[in-house]
Amino acid sequence: MNEIIRLDQIKREFHVGDEVVRALRGVSFTISEGEFVTIMGTSGSGKSTLLNILGCLDVPTSGEYYLDGVSVREMSKNDRATLRNRKIGFIFQNYNLLPKTTSIENVELPLMYNRDVSHAERRDRAIKALQEVGLGDRLTHRSNQLSGGQMQRVAIARALVNNPVIILADEATGNLDSRTSYEVLALFQRLHRDGRTIIFVTHNPELAAFSSRTITLRDGRVISDVRNEHLESAEQVLASLPKEED
Amino acid sequence: MDISNLLKICIKALLNNKMRCFLTMLGIIIGVASVIAMLAIGNGSKQSIRSEIGSMGSNMIMVSPGNGRFGGVRQSGSSMQTLKLEDYESIVLQSSYVDKITPTVNASGQAIKGANNTPTTIYGVNEQYLDIRGYEIASGSCFTETDILHASKVCIAGATVVNELFPDGTDPLGQTIRFNQIPMKIIGVLEAKGYNSMGMDQDDLLIAPYTTVQKRILAINYIQGITCSALSEEYSDQAIDEITKILQTNHNIRVGQENDFNVRSQQEMMETLSSVMDMLTMLLAAVAGISLIVGGIGIMNIMYVSVTERTREIGLRMSIGAKGRQIMLQFLIESIIISVAGGVIGVLLGIAASKVIALFGTNTAVSTFSIVLSFLVCVFTGVFFGWYPARKAANLNPIDALRYE
Repeated sequence: MNEIIRLDQIKREFHVGDEVVRALRGVSFTISEGEFVTIMGTSGSGKSTLLNILGCLDVPTSGEYYLDGVSVREMSKNDRATLRNRKIGFIFQNYNLLPKTTSIENVELPLMYNRDVSHAERRDRAIKALQEVGLGDRLTHRSNQLSGGQMQRVAIARALVNNPVIILADEATGNLDSRTSYEVLALFQRLHRDGRTIIFVTHNPELAAFSSRTITLRDGRVISDVRNEHLESAEQVLASLPKEED
Repeated sequence: MDISNLLKICIKALLNNKMRCFLTMLGIIIGVASVIAMLAIGNGSKQSIRSEIGSMGSNMIMVSPGNGRFGGVRQSGSSMQTLKLEDYESIVLQSSYVDKITPTVNASGQAIKGANNTPTTIYGVNEQYLDIRGYEIASGSCFTETDILHASKVCIAGATVVNELFPDGTDPLGQTIRFNQIPMKIIGVLEAKGYNSMGMDQDDLLIAPYTTVQKRILAINYIQGITCSALSEEYSDQAIDEITKILQTNHNIRVGQENDFNVRSQQEMMETLSSVMDMLTMLLAAVAGISLIVGGIGIMNIMYVSVTERTREIGLRMSIGAKGRQIMLQFLIESIIISVAGGVIGVLLGIAASKVIALFGTNTAVSTFSIVLSFLVCVFTGVFFGWYPARKAANLNPIDALRYE
């Protein structure tokens, strides 16, 4: 298995006034291609900081981070921007879609910042990504005409469109009701089956059962890292839920 | 990223906020339009003053007696008696750039006809005066050289004098009026010319042979001035030089000595007036320029608000791979689009406004200069006032930007 992510004694400190806040106190793990990892922790455990570092939005104070074999720590701001553009797909709790913009334009956005992708190819890939998340019939809907679950699926399509080596989801189901949460989880599981590497950050322990591996953080340290032998299927949970009354 | 992609992103962002975008543009539109309209009004009035002076005879040259000494006492030019008829005659004989020429003497006094009377001025000239000043005879005829030779008691009356003396509409031709007790027969009536740009009534006058005014009214043998026209406007400088030389010779004035006469052309007057108008135009432009700056600050305001409002969007763009420079360019291009589009609309509106103002009777002339100037100012405003908010956006930390509420 290819190693996608390698963290080696990652430390991150913030200076707030005279105080030094140690958000991460030495985190090490590796994630291989095709894994579906849940990073769990209560608030203040350092999971947001870890996610920022994994997403190349932030750099560790010390320690090494290799993404797809490349060391991120020494990179310039612009190089990290390019890295985010080519290798990482972000999914946020609040979707972060552009307002009044069609699904297809939202999904195209990462490719707009990649000059190697032509106009026609951009459109093609955006449509494919939207079809992949089951929104083939919502291509020209504007973001304000979509439901929460649909918006999150557009956001997932946007994360997929640049064919990233890793998908980072930050509380991706946090704003959704339980039914749509399971729908989105089922989508993640399908992407996982298709061979995508996914890191799912959440504070909700129930969601850990749906991923192949769970890393738990507390006070800036990894306190457990377990493989999940009995993968629950989100689709089955979905089927067992009482039908919604329309 | 391609500039074309960036442009697409900007245009999309602007279209998403049509109203705000339009209101921002409005500042620039009004600024540019008012600069153009103001300068057009300024230029227009300058042109109409020029044409008015032109109608007085733009190639007109006037010789008047200069300051001099009379027994050691300096005298003002008008009281000097240094210009003689011989001066006039030698200019007629020797000059090659002078077209029409007349000696002038004038006297103020009361014109009387029956129970009506009016104060007016009588101009003693020869028959060429009408051509030099651009007067037309409405009815009757001009006096002749014979009249000049005999100092005939005839005159041509201006419209104002006619109206004052013949309020009942009697035909003034052939009537005899009295000017300072001298009976004069009206042989012609002038076409009305109206007021000139300095507010002088150009129809309040009588024109008579200069010999008549010299001998019968003023009892003098010198002349008060010489009025002539250059062959054309371009020759007026040469004509002035020529006349100056002839008179210097006539008056035995040596090199370095003060002339006892003045030679002036309308050209000079026009330049003085033009410079006054230029000042006025600049004043108008300054006022309009202030409104342009206000428009620019409007752009800065909106772009600044827009950066704050779209912080999350900026965070998102950065997280999916936009570089700081690209974010900066996006905001800069947005403000440039607003100001350039506003500028174009403003230019069109300014031209239209000038045309509308012209319909109300004020002369306007849109100059290329004002269009180029206001357009450049407005592009500059866009770049300048867009730059600060753009830089602010570019320097945002993507993590903070994403979490911004």
